[in-house]
Amino acid sequence: MFITKYIKEVFKAVKSLLIGLRRTGYYFTHHKEIITQQYPDNRETLHLPERFKGEVVMPHNENNEHRCTGCTACELACPNGTIKVITKFDITPDGKKKKAIDKLVYHLELCTMCNLCIIACPSDAIVMAQTFEHSVFDRAELTKILNNPGSKIMEGVE
Amino acid sequence: MWSFNNIADSIHKWLNLTFNPTLATIIEMVIVGVCVIGLFAVLGLVLVIMERKVSAWMQIRLGPNRVGPKGMFQSLADTVKLLVKEGMTPSGADKFLFNLAPYIALIVAMLLMAPLAFAKDFQMWDINIGVLYISAISSVSVISILMAGWSSNNKYSLMGAMRSGAQIVSYELSAGFSVLSVVVLAGSLNLNTIIQSQADGWWIFKGHIPVIISFIIFIIAVTAETNRAPFDLAEAESELTAGFHTEYSGMKFALFFLAEYVNVFIVCAIGATLFLGGWMPLHIGHWEGFNHIMDYVPSSIWFFGKTFFLIFLIMWFRWTFPRLRIDQLLNLEWKYLLPISLFNILLVTAMAILGWYF
Repeated sequence: MFITKYIKEVFKAVKSLLIGLRRTGYYFTHHKEIITQQYPDNRETLHLPERFKGEVVMPHNENNEHRCTGCTACELACPNGTIKVITKFDITPDGKKKKAIDKLVYHLELCTMCNLCIIACPSDAIVMAQTFEHSVFDRAELTKILNNPGSKIMEGVE
Repeated sequence: MWSFNNIADSIHKWLNLTFNPTLATIIEMVIVGVCVIGLFAVLGLVLVIMERKVSAWMQIRLGPNRVGPKGMFQSLADTVKLLVKEGMTPSGADKFLFNLAPYIALIVAMLLMAPLAFAKDFQMWDINIGVLYISAISSVSVISILMAGWSSNNKYSLMGAMRSGAQIVSYELSAGFSVLSVVVLAGSLNLNTIIQSQADGWWIFKGHIPVIISFIIFIIAVTAETNRAPFDLAEAESELTAGFHTEYSGMKFALFFLAEYVNVFIVCAIGATLFLGGWMPLHIGHWEGFNHIMDYVPSSIWFFGKTFFLIFLIMWFRWTFPRLRIDQLLNLEWKYLLPISLFNILLVTAMAILGWYF
């Protein structure tokens, strides 16, 4: 029947509108639900989620040792050439040549925080840090060298 | 006890004692004009901050919170910014119409203020065809929008203006019918008589279901007539950039903005007058004690309270419902609202004749 369908439509429409009004009315009366962060004011108490991706860093232990073997897996995984691994050859005590990193250059200005390098790294040498205030006055400051000067590879990492 | 009525009376007496009647009338007109402009400014400031706070809270945001305590002076800062901004006129525009349009929008809003009863016996112009006057004048507002859209020499503006024309012309019908249902019950076009007829209960309670239906239709239709979301096709930020006021800037834009908010206030005031009893306190039948307590609240507070309640309702709609497409908009009017309101007016008329209301 046309007329019952018509009336049913009107009632369904009113009902769905009322559901929407109820939701916004709930938010209007419950100010605890507000999700806005007052950012510069709450810098001290700022809580970032665990998976937040700020920039790529290389953690070092207290003896200035990192876990990077210089395999260039991150460089190959990076979609836009953000990471450059410059390798050198170390001479081990028993006279053999061993590949190691000289510099791991990271271009923050090119990075899209896609996390592919961290996934590609076989020895968990690089991680995503939670810093995000990256603005600087000179663009050159965004090109970073991730390994500390004088650092060497950790014992037992191949 | 002071009231708006007493103040107006004493000013009237003093003016008539001091000056001759003609001069006194002219001075009174000037005072009323200044008061209306003042009310416009205050309404603009209050409604803008209210809209921004309400929208923020409904979208789980904080809203303006930097200027003044809790951001309450934000709209004042916005006004200063708009005042010092340059009012540009595009070189291809029809300069005369382009500059005239915002003033027409504002003048229409001003004219609509005239028959409203702000408090007991406090009204600018008590005419016996108040409802007719309001529905006649409010349809002039579409001219200012068409004028602004056409003279801007901009495709977006023209499209917004044309949509707005189609929208206002069609929604005026159902707004008129819903107003008519109260006129039928009260038996008068005079706003004061309509308010007096609600002394023993507001029409929304006395007229039960048919009047509630016409109240809902009225709210939908006036939301469309004031070009607010979900019927803001004339402005439609996401498709038409800003519709008819794309090319306006500075104070001319501010006048359009002000006219929109004042129009919202006016239609809500009309709704409050017709359905919720205007300045009439909440009276329930013959409960003498209860009615007596309610009479202690000043009539102006009743009027503004009801009006702001309806304004809040319209803001609630705006921040809940998505915008309609133009064909959906016209479908809603011609296929749903108009048949329902035609049937409803029949019901109300039968009810009025048979005396089936309280």
